[in-house]
Amino acid sequence: MFSKKVVIILLTTALIGAGAIFVGCSSPAPTPTPAAASAPLTGTLSVIGSTSVGPYAEELAAAFDAKNDDKTSVGVSQVGSGPGIKAVIDGTADIGMSSRELTDEEKAKGLVTYKICYDGIAVIVNKANPVNSLTMDQIRDIFAGNVTSWKQFGGDDAGIIVVTREAGSGTRSAFDELVMKKANITAKAIQQSSTGAVTAYVAGNKNAIGYISYGSLDVSQVRPVAVNGVEPSVATIKDGSYIIQRPFLLVTRGEATGLSKAFIEFVLSPEGQAMLAKHNLVTV
Amino acid sequence: MHVKEKIVQSSLFICALSSIAIILLIIFFIINEGLPAISRRGILDFILGGEWNATYSVYGILPMIVGTLAVTLLSLLISVPLGVGCAILLAEIAPPWARDIIKPAIGTLAGIPSVIYGFFGLVVIVPWIVAQFGGTGVSVLACGIVLAIMVLPTIISVSEDALRSVPREYREGAIAIGATPWQTVTGIVVPAASSGIVASIILAMGRAIGETMAVLMVGGSVVAIPDSIFSPVAPMTAVIALEFSYASGEHLSALYAIGIVLLLIIMLLNSVIHVMNSRRGMERA
Repeated sequence: MFSKKVVIILLTTALIGAGAIFVGCSSPAPTPTPAAASAPLTGTLSVIGSTSVGPYAEELAAAFDAKNDDKTSVGVSQVGSGPGIKAVIDGTADIGMSSRELTDEEKAKGLVTYKICYDGIAVIVNKANPVNSLTMDQIRDIFAGNVTSWKQFGGDDAGIIVVTREAGSGTRSAFDELVMKKANITAKAIQQSSTGAVTAYVAGNKNAIGYISYGSLDVSQVRPVAVNGVEPSVATIKDGSYIIQRPFLLVTRGEATGLSKAFIEFVLSPEGQAMLAKHNLVTV
Repeated sequence: MHVKEKIVQSSLFICALSSIAIILLIIFFIINEGLPAISRRGILDFILGGEWNATYSVYGILPMIVGTLAVTLLSLLISVPLGVGCAILLAEIAPPWARDIIKPAIGTLAGIPSVIYGFFGLVVIVPWIVAQFGGTGVSVLACGIVLAIMVLPTIISVSEDALRSVPREYREGAIAIGATPWQTVTGIVVPAASSGIVASIILAMGRAIGETMAVLMVGGSVVAIPDSIFSPVAPMTAVIALEFSYASGEHLSALYAIGIVLLLIIMLLNSVIHVMNSRRGMERA
């Protein structure tokens, strides 16, 4: 016969399972109500996508909610640019976050993009690494696995450990497009699935080289290399002399309306842009 | 009263049925999604293929199977002696006050989210491995150490229950014929609890095989058969987690197919537990 324990376990499992199904079925598609400028904003908004844009969107969302006396609730979930854009196409999210331009395939789905700022991609090395400047071609050679020792660049006689983001990441696709061009990142590269993990790994390994969003760069942990002799900074990204850079986009299906529109307008307002600038992002 | 009884009984029955139905649905869904990738190449090619490259539609998962088995085995080599030792200490030797401190501590260890273990591994264990042995740091060894810490609570608590459920008469009998406490533990109590201890190890193995986030962070996710414990490794779960967000078409199907293989491995383990537990029941009777 069933022991008490088994019954309890079965019961809780079933309840959780039933609960999950119930929740899964009972979240209706959000219908944004066009709010007049004077009327107080209410409602919920789901913002899904890039892990590069995510942290800033979280902060913007919190400020936006606070501004509306918490009558609005903007939920941000970070799943990567591709899945975020897909969610907007499928209608499961109101706004997508992308850290790359849309592909032609995505553009054909009737999406509208809003550029909110620019972000550079910093190529980072360990602070103990003497190499502090590389050309674009050298970076490409390193990541393609053609050059495998730091000695070639005046560093130690040690193997270069290449760290890359996973193929679905917005930072990765931006890096592929901006730096690698047609070359492939070596199959021997260590893969890490978040900006934090890349930083932590490079900080802990003297011979590692990786790349992260400039806005997330923590110079107390790792050091960015100068690219073609130009150090990444807000000024060099703004004037275009630091060449590894990309746009941050918010994406909606069709023109943004109602609460989505209000949120995007807030992001593009001086207040929102100032919040982005605080994080070394380059405002539009 | 009788009616109440009936209502409780049937509602419990419905609960049990619905959870079984949910599990069957999940299994059916995964198999349904994964079969196209397997049937295109044949199961043998899929399982024994050494190359995984979504760009060229080459899907062989041998490196991941080897990776999963390697990190699991290593984690058990580290955690089983530690865990069983700790369980013996708790069940047989430690005074009650010490148990009251150690047990909740172990419970806490079980409640820590795996992403925390992963970060701990990345900022503490991986640099330590680099400092000691050089190389990449992210490796089979790093995964083995992190997983060992993660499965310790499982081994300790289940083994301890098994040791405690050994009848007192066994211990009294052993001491009566002149065995020392240590002989009693190693010669009588542990063998009597052995099926429970083995079950704890198999549970731990299941947890290690299924762990995703931590191995994603400290393994390095390089899909190649690791040639030493210092090589980077991509366990099956890590590859699924890493590529699932952007995979489509056959690539997605291949990821589901990895899920099928994982499911088979876990089912095999569960049936082993089941057989062991029923054997245990017969010993009791």
